[in-house]
Amino acid sequence: MDAAADRALTLALREESGRLVAGLARRFGDFDLAEEAVQTAVVEALTAWRRDGAPERPGAWLQVAAQRNALDAVRRSARQSGLAALAAAAPPDGTASDTDDRLGLLFACCHPALAPEARLALTLRAVVGLTTPQIARAFLVNEATLAQRIVRAKRKVVSVGISLAVPEPDQLSERLADVLAVVYVMFNEGFVSSTGHAQDRDLASDAVWLATVVATSLPREAEAWGLAALLTIQHARSRARFDAGGGLVLLRDQDRTLWDREALAQGDAHLERAAALQAPGRYQLQGAIAACHASAPSWTETDWLQIVTLYDLLLQYDGSPVVRLNRAVALAQQGGNSVDKALAEVDALGDGLASYHLFHATRAELLTALGRDAEAAEANQRALTLTTNDAERRLLLTRLHRHPLTDGS
Amino acid sequence: MKYVVMFTSRPDLDQNVEPEHAKAVYGRIYQWFQDNGEHIADSGAELHPVTTATTVKYGESGPVVVDGPFNEAKEIIGGFSVLEAADLDGAIAIAKTWPALELPGVALEIRPMVEDYSQFE
Repeated sequence: MDAAADRALTLALREESGRLVAGLARRFGDFDLAEEAVQTAVVEALTAWRRDGAPERPGAWLQVAAQRNALDAVRRSARQSGLAALAAAAPPDGTASDTDDRLGLLFACCHPALAPEARLALTLRAVVGLTTPQIARAFLVNEATLAQRIVRAKRKVVSVGISLAVPEPDQLSERLADVLAVVYVMFNEGFVSSTGHAQDRDLASDAVWLATVVATSLPREAEAWGLAALLTIQHARSRARFDAGGGLVLLRDQDRTLWDREALAQGDAHLERAAALQAPGRYQLQGAIAACHASAPSWTETDWLQIVTLYDLLLQYDGSPVVRLNRAVALAQQGGNSVDKALAEVDALGDGLASYHLFHATRAELLTALGRDAEAAEANQRALTLTTNDAERRLLLTRLHRHPLTDGS
Repeated sequence: MKYVVMFTSRPDLDQNVEPEHAKAVYGRIYQWFQDNGEHIADSGAELHPVTTATTVKYGESGPVVVDGPFNEAKEIIGGFSVLEAADLDGAIAIAKTWPALELPGVALEIRPMVEDYSQFE
């Protein structure tokens, strides 16, 4: 099967599986059963479609398969429990429903009562339609461990009564923050690991898609648009992020003609929608920083003053050392003795970031800019021992052997 | 659904609370039960301090009786109630309004109650 057909298949799975899980969960009153039925249908589809080509109506194909699996499961459990009437009594599927009930499903998968590491895995499976082996490969975790984690999370959703509906208005913004955090992590996993190992789904593009689904479904939520903007803009740069050999190319060295201008315009449009709602937040500010980079003709012609200002605003929402580190990178570009000032700020973050590879990589760049090569080499070595990602390791290895670059992304 | 809410606290931190403050919170707890009356399936029980606990457990030659709680955790259960809520979010929303949450070391554990025994048949 060629790449284009494979991509069509992926998009169909992504578009349909969450809806099917939500629909079947409503019909059978059992999220665990519904999710299992759709997962099995996805695995069946991957085999059948790759063998025979995609069906004319992939959504209908999946629905038939998932429904059959769900009914089989109900009959099996009915035989075990003696409740034979259950399967027959199921009401007809509410296919007429136009509301996007994937959103409620997403809120359930990202519920704070679930372990943080289970939320992303469950979201990828139930909402985005990834298979357990695909998720295990993406996160480089043991498949059996991951499967166990997903099963436990699903059982908890069912047994403790986590609702599959969008939260009440008074709880929406708090719960939405948990959802956006999961989508953000999903993107970062994909963004960093996209050439790490061969894999069949592009998590970063799935995350852009999911962020857009959330924003479109909750159009009054500024941060939802902010995240959609941030991820759309970051992802628009993806073709320029790796060289032919799979090595990571830093922002300052990227070929800006490879950036997807259409996607960047889309990102700007999302950002404007967010701004119109007049409720600033961390994702909107990060999106604004990304947009500022995206509109610069080159690294040196970037509006660093504005970027530092945006980081100052971001610090009001997220005072984490990583944000301070990124601010220092921008600060260092402002000429004069700004590199010394940036290095002092970075050094002050050592307690919190000692085990973060980009802390050492950033120190190395600043030290090199100041001509302190021996200390720079030492910092680069520290960074190298701390990263687990292939592409980043290669970049840091390169830096050890030639003049370091000056960019944290 | 029915949820059991266990009210837990840290006796080592209780001592830091001003008696006036504790008294005020206690007054609001009474009000909390009034306000949430329609969601309280069973007001449950408030327990005497953990220093009164006696534990019976299995020993080498049958049950033995020992002084103290069943585990050595810092947190102790001070009481429980049974809530009736549509879903977990409903129970969480009620739990978040528990007046004593503002005191140090106080936490609520929410667990669904087994209502359908057919799953064990």
